[in-house]
Amino acid sequence: MDSWILTLITFIPLVAAVIVLFMKKEQEDLIKRFSLLVSLVPLALSIWLAVDYYQRYLATGVGGMAYELKVPWIPQLNSSYHVGADGLSVPLIFLTTLLSTLSFYYSGRTIKRRVKDFFFLFLLLETGMLGVFVALDFVLFYVFWEIGLVPMYFLIGIWGQPKDRPLYSAIKFFLYTLVGSVAMLLAILAIYFQVGSFDILEAARQQPFANNLTIASLAFWAFMLAFMIKVPSFPFHTWLPDAHTAAPTAGSVILAGVLLKLGAYGILRIVLPIFPTAFQAWAMVIVALGVIGIVYGAFVCVAQTDLKRLIAYSSVSHMGYVMLGIGAAAAGLANVGRYGDSMAMAINGATLQMFNHGIITGGLFFLVGVIYERAHTRDLDKFGGLSAKTPYFYAIMMVTAFASLGLPGLAGFWAEFFTFRGAFDIVTVWAAIGVIGVVMTAAYILWRIIQSVFLGEYDPHKIDHWTDLTDYSEKHEPTDMLAFEKVTMWPLVAFMVFLGLYPVPLLAFFNTAAVEIIQRL
Amino acid sequence: MTTLQMLLPELILLIAAGVVLTLDLVTNRQINDRWLMGLSAAGFLAAAVAAYAQRGITAPLLGTQAIDGFATFLKVLVLLGMVLVVLSAAEYIRGYGRNQGEFYTLLLTAGLAISVAVSANDLLMVYLSMEFLSINSYILAAYLRGDRLSIEAGVKYFVYGAVASGVMLYGISLIYGLTGSTNLVSVAEVISRQPTGPSMQWLGIASVVLLMVGFGFKASLVPFAQWVPDTYQGSPTPITAFLSTASKAAGFALLVRVMLVGLIQFSGGWLTILAGLSMITMTLGNLVALKQTDVKRLLAYSSIAQAGYMLIGLVAVPQSRLVVLPFGSLTFNGINGVLVYIFGYLFTNLGAFAVVIAIENATRSTALKDYAGLGRRAPALALLLTLFLLSLAGIPPTLGFWAKYYVFAAAVQINFLALLIVAIVNSVVGAAYYLNIIRYMYLMPAETEEPIKASPALNVALAVTGVMVLIAGLVPGFIIDWANRSVDFVTRL
Repeated sequence: MDSWILTLITFIPLVAAVIVLFMKKEQEDLIKRFSLLVSLVPLALSIWLAVDYYQRYLATGVGGMAYELKVPWIPQLNSSYHVGADGLSVPLIFLTTLLSTLSFYYSGRTIKRRVKDFFFLFLLLETGMLGVFVALDFVLFYVFWEIGLVPMYFLIGIWGQPKDRPLYSAIKFFLYTLVGSVAMLLAILAIYFQVGSFDILEAARQQPFANNLTIASLAFWAFMLAFMIKVPSFPFHTWLPDAHTAAPTAGSVILAGVLLKLGAYGILRIVLPIFPTAFQAWAMVIVALGVIGIVYGAFVCVAQTDLKRLIAYSSVSHMGYVMLGIGAAAAGLANVGRYGDSMAMAINGATLQMFNHGIITGGLFFLVGVIYERAHTRDLDKFGGLSAKTPYFYAIMMVTAFASLGLPGLAGFWAEFFTFRGAFDIVTVWAAIGVIGVVMTAAYILWRIIQSVFLGEYDPHKIDHWTDLTDYSEKHEPTDMLAFEKVTMWPLVAFMVFLGLYPVPLLAFFNTAAVEIIQRL
Repeated sequence: MTTLQMLLPELILLIAAGVVLTLDLVTNRQINDRWLMGLSAAGFLAAAVAAYAQRGITAPLLGTQAIDGFATFLKVLVLLGMVLVVLSAAEYIRGYGRNQGEFYTLLLTAGLAISVAVSANDLLMVYLSMEFLSINSYILAAYLRGDRLSIEAGVKYFVYGAVASGVMLYGISLIYGLTGSTNLVSVAEVISRQPTGPSMQWLGIASVVLLMVGFGFKASLVPFAQWVPDTYQGSPTPITAFLSTASKAAGFALLVRVMLVGLIQFSGGWLTILAGLSMITMTLGNLVALKQTDVKRLLAYSSIAQAGYMLIGLVAVPQSRLVVLPFGSLTFNGINGVLVYIFGYLFTNLGAFAVVIAIENATRSTALKDYAGLGRRAPALALLLTLFLLSLAGIPPTLGFWAKYYVFAAAVQINFLALLIVAIVNSVVGAAYYLNIIRYMYLMPAETEEPIKASPALNVALAVTGVMVLIAGLVPGFIIDWANRSVDFVTRL
């Protein structure tokens, strides 16, 4: 079981996708139920994985790479099918399977057009994402990295709302990511010619180009281009608002919840361990871009009039914390003895932010879907006073939005706390500037989201047709969340509260990973 | 192995051509078209098998040819490709009625020409095989006698071809004047023995440039590819498929062998020229392809761009022999990159054209707008074309990814940064127009919902190419192995 569990988790969705491909497209209910049920298997396995890893490795203080499987794949290239998971990837695998299952469940009710295509592509996408988190071979990593591109292109293009320019957004997403990918491919090849294999762990052991800063910097930036586009870090973020806004609800959830994490994961798994010297040399650039992302993203959010676009930009701001944390840790390499603890804290903050942002922003996009399905608009000026009409929606949105702004007691707080705690010690000035972003986050969450949607008087003239999702009839008043929408949100809200009150279990995973990365540098 | 045995693939093709021509004359026209098609396909297949049996053999043949790994690899590949061309052509040609016997006969003799060309080891044989191939191709391009576009395709191809071959012949005469020989091996020997004075260098480069006009014409390298768009668009679509794959592979084979075996001493000169040609070829091909509204014409420009990527492998060869890696042996010598690339490109492009032919058979159109809604009208065809287009764009896990991977790797190994940056940008531009076709198929509404079905022969071609592109994309080991074993003449240099 140990060596096969990651393979099972990764490829079960792919097998399901192939089965869906051969189903009749009229059997919509069957396809929906089948996809949902199948997606429970990797979810269950990833829960088992997390519990098992916790008990066997974290509780005994060992940590490290586990569940490894290595079989030759293309012996001519010295490339193997090498998978494995550690404290960094186990929570992210769980995040992926959880958000995927919730997306299948939610989409089962909301996707009406080309059902078969949707679920086929979504299952394919799940395999691509999970593959990136388990791959320990560069070629394998690259293949999975690219596999996710095509389904996401279609998800945005086909099921996007016509007024959001889905075709433009989809191709923009695809081409942006491809530029980075091709650059990464060249860097992978450059590493190969030094190391002699495509094994990521082997490359991290050998740290190629350690004594040639010029070539190391070239390779470093080639990887960073790929990962920073995916994160996305300022100034490569411009595909994100378009793609997130145009994608269907489940697509936005996966984009924000998982796809952005692929970039940050790549930085932590590949760039930091393999190019520590180059990373240290460029650390301040990464820190600066991270902070600019935090502040700029937050300011742009305040100016948005479209709820979904606002949340999309909030991702730019929130993923800036990740870049700040990782960049600060790399800057700390100048004096590991002095900064060791702060570096671990900064990486902990970045990784916590990855997980929490997935839970929280995934939830926010579901909630945008809830209101959009009813009002068919996301214009913030059209809303107001919904707290009285839809109290349940209001309550869930309050929790999620406050988690997003980092209210102590909810999950988002710990990520920001650890990031800033680590970063203040190493890059004090930049961290101080980053705090502006925290303030602005409070501004757009409270003012733009809570106040303009829920508070004030409800004005029935602003939107006169509200869809009632129980029977899709037209009503004059908004109706509250239905059972399926509540069920979708419950696990996410539970995590926000639980991890806010007691982040220790999740931190245990990330901390071993952070400590290990720093020790190996 | 006797000479006769070594000539077996060519003999089989010659016999098949004779049989097809005779059968067409003597039998009843109504019943024989399936037989002609079957016989031609069987002929190509038998020749491919005979060629495959020669793997591992290295021997000179009649003083003008060389049987070696490189020739065998390409022979097998091209002959298999010709089988697919015949299968794709069957229904298309039947639709135009007459002269089917001539059509298949010309395909068989064109296959024969390529088979000779890939092992040509003497400049005169190089010239003769290329002319032989060209004359067959001119007629095939103009095969649709009633269609003005087809006539234009043939004439344009002929005019450009005549000039190119004349220029090339002049280059050959220069080399003969320099070295007193046309055999590539002795040419190389004589050049390496002589002191490389300025006149030698100057004449050498001049002859390289003149030869390159000929090869560039066949391999469709910019600026010798002006004929490509019109000829590709006007020719019968199966012939376009043939020109863009098998015929192009022949051009590349000749270019590679002549440059590496005969003129390696001048590599300092042709390296720069080819690197420049590679950059211009991919950039121009891709940029113009962006604007196309006809799939056939789009694929024509795409095939120009693909030739540019292929060249990267050849450019990397001379320096890759000087690279010392910190570990083990050399895996990327450039030539195996070219071979993997031709392999991947041949199957992918033939597959893409098979889909185009299937759609053209049903709709009589190759316009991009008629691909709208294909995802609903012909789900299997659309899915396959998506696969082929992603492969052309180099997205894993398809065969096209490994093709790009191998030539890029060869360039990374020699640190050719400028070429790589141009290649990166081009990969992205290329993806844009390949995706545009996919966009039409899946994201645009169809004008009619009438389903499109492909003929049985086409289905076989589609199945073979689809399986190759996907399965060989997942486990490319055997192709890489084969390509690695087929580059012996480079390691002997």
